[in-house]
Amino acid sequence: MQDNFKPSSYQRLEQKSKYTNMFLRWFLYFVLILFASYFIFPLYVMVVTSLKTMEEIRQGTLLSWPSGLNFDSWAVAWGGRGYGAGDTFLKPYFWNSIKMVVPAVFFSTFIGAMTGYVLTKWRFKGDSWVFLFLLFGCFIPFQAILLPMARTLGALGISNSIVGLVLVHTVYGIPFTTLFFRNYYVSVPTELVKAARIDGAGFFKIFFKILLPISAPIIVVTVIWQFTQIWNDFLFGSTFSFGEAAPIQVALNNMVLSSTSVKEYNVDMASAIIAGVPTLIVYVLAGKYFIRGLTSGAVKG
Amino acid sequence: MKTLKIEDLSKNFGSTEVLRKINLEIDEGNFLVLLGPSGCGKSTLLNIIAGLETINEGNVFIDDYNVSKVEPKDRNIAMVFQSYALYPSMNVRENMIFGLKQAKTSKEKIEQQLEKVSKFLQVDQLLERKPSQLSGGQRQRVAIGRALVREPRIFLFDEPLSNLDAKLRVEMRREIKKLHQQLKTTVVYVTHDQTEAMSLGTRIAIMNHGVIQQNDTPENIYNKPSNTFVADFIGSPSMNLIKGTLKESSGEISFTASGSNFEIPVKGYEFKDKSNLNNKEVYFGVRPEHIYFKKSNESDFEVSLRADLSEYIGHEQIMTFDYANQEILAKFPSTIKIELAKETKLYFDLTQTSLFDAQTEERI
Repeated sequence: MQDNFKPSSYQRLEQKSKYTNMFLRWFLYFVLILFASYFIFPLYVMVVTSLKTMEEIRQGTLLSWPSGLNFDSWAVAWGGRGYGAGDTFLKPYFWNSIKMVVPAVFFSTFIGAMTGYVLTKWRFKGDSWVFLFLLFGCFIPFQAILLPMARTLGALGISNSIVGLVLVHTVYGIPFTTLFFRNYYVSVPTELVKAARIDGAGFFKIFFKILLPISAPIIVVTVIWQFTQIWNDFLFGSTFSFGEAAPIQVALNNMVLSSTSVKEYNVDMASAIIAGVPTLIVYVLAGKYFIRGLTSGAVKG
Repeated sequence: MKTLKIEDLSKNFGSTEVLRKINLEIDEGNFLVLLGPSGCGKSTLLNIIAGLETINEGNVFIDDYNVSKVEPKDRNIAMVFQSYALYPSMNVRENMIFGLKQAKTSKEKIEQQLEKVSKFLQVDQLLERKPSQLSGGQRQRVAIGRALVREPRIFLFDEPLSNLDAKLRVEMRREIKKLHQQLKTTVVYVTHDQTEAMSLGTRIAIMNHGVIQQNDTPENIYNKPSNTFVADFIGSPSMNLIKGTLKESSGEISFTASGSNFEIPVKGYEFKDKSNLNNKEVYFGVRPEHIYFKKSNESDFEVSLRADLSEYIGHEQIMTFDYANQEILAKFPSTIKIELAKETKLYFDLTQTSLFDAQTEERI
């Protein structure tokens, strides 16, 4: 056996596998770049179109570079043209959305944290059923509850208002936020709660002093999730509000679809980007915690 | 006055009975170890003493005061947990004084206690650190410190050493022993480790299936196990239980293993009840360490057995012998050479034997 050993053949094999590896690596990069451009392409079109004048859009192609940095259409999208009636622009609706999204995210996250805390650390008879029904809420198609919700909002006297939308988003956020917090708190040792009880801390003290300070990763996950969901929501916004109380996504739709004259693609594109920027900012600021929070789970004592 | 008294205590989770009619008393300054296999209810019992679990039946008294419905914080107890349960977001100082702050203790008193305890446990250099920056042994110390600052009537320990590695465990075991010697506080300590139980406890309560099998001193638990469960649970390897019958002829009682042809005289054995012993089915119990290679007492009983298996473990060796088709184990120093598959002369120490009723499995 030893006599048949030929170093040259190994060298050849080594050389061959080197070429194969190099080819595979380049192929990998090619595929990655292809997929990345596929995703980036629409964003590119949006940005360049928003920077062009209508003249350029009519004459040039979809991909052509704008002649200069022209932010006129952004100004129109944000603040309008200044002539009274019939001029729809995003500014008031952007603030509507902020006024809706901040309290809705806060309340749904807070209530979800509380519910998750109770379901894991203060177990009671039938708690798994409560959790099961809450989970149900994650799978209900929202179209199914539009009518009863409209009646409820009407009865409460808060239909077509920001407060109404805050309520709707809080209620339908709770199943998700509860799920997040429950799964996080399940892996926090219950002995922490026992120790705190012996130390004399009560229900709320344990929550605020012991559990909440170690919940940062899951709070970030929940806030990003809820912010994206509520900011991007169109269904509830368009159903439960109209006119001046509408959130930005509804206004964007109205702007783009209801223009009677020429379609102003540059303004449309600028509006769409403005409507999407807040979620982007949230991702950029907290994105790395998002991944960490999703994968890490618990803190070990 | 008993420091802790448990009266007819029963607990069930749904239809599962966890504790059945537990009765237990501890005198001031004692170190009681609750020992048993996992799922025997020992941790549940400890949680009930702490007030973290509710009771279905029975009562718990601390200093003759019925605390069955008293909140954990008002029971004058402190507990050390298996996972240490240090509050992750607080540093060592905040961890240790959290309980005192909740109890609205004065600032000077808190500082005084903190200084005393942290010096005593040698954690005074670590006060500003977070639990995640501590080693296992340091966390353990801080957890004990958090219990100490409250100066409780009873310390409760829930398997405090099982998260430590073997070497550290032995060290911390000695420290807990020292701690108890110095402070003389009453302790209830839960573990599944018999070495821990034996070395720490002044009393050991062995539990199985929610019932206390024997509550006694470590010496009695080892020498006079009250039933086959205790005999089997304590000792490593566990006690040999040889099945056979008793014979009584002219006042002399002897034991014959099933299938064997020789009688072992048990005249020195202290029977609880000397009546109806003839033809009784029993287990004859002898510990591996009480089977000798050389005759050392006058009363030692000589047998010739075939060696089947040898397990060398350094300072000693565990040999398996065949005794009328029943396996029995013996422990010898590893310097002794014993040939396998050959008859070897061995000596049973008859002063160290136990007899159990084969039906009830109770000591007779």
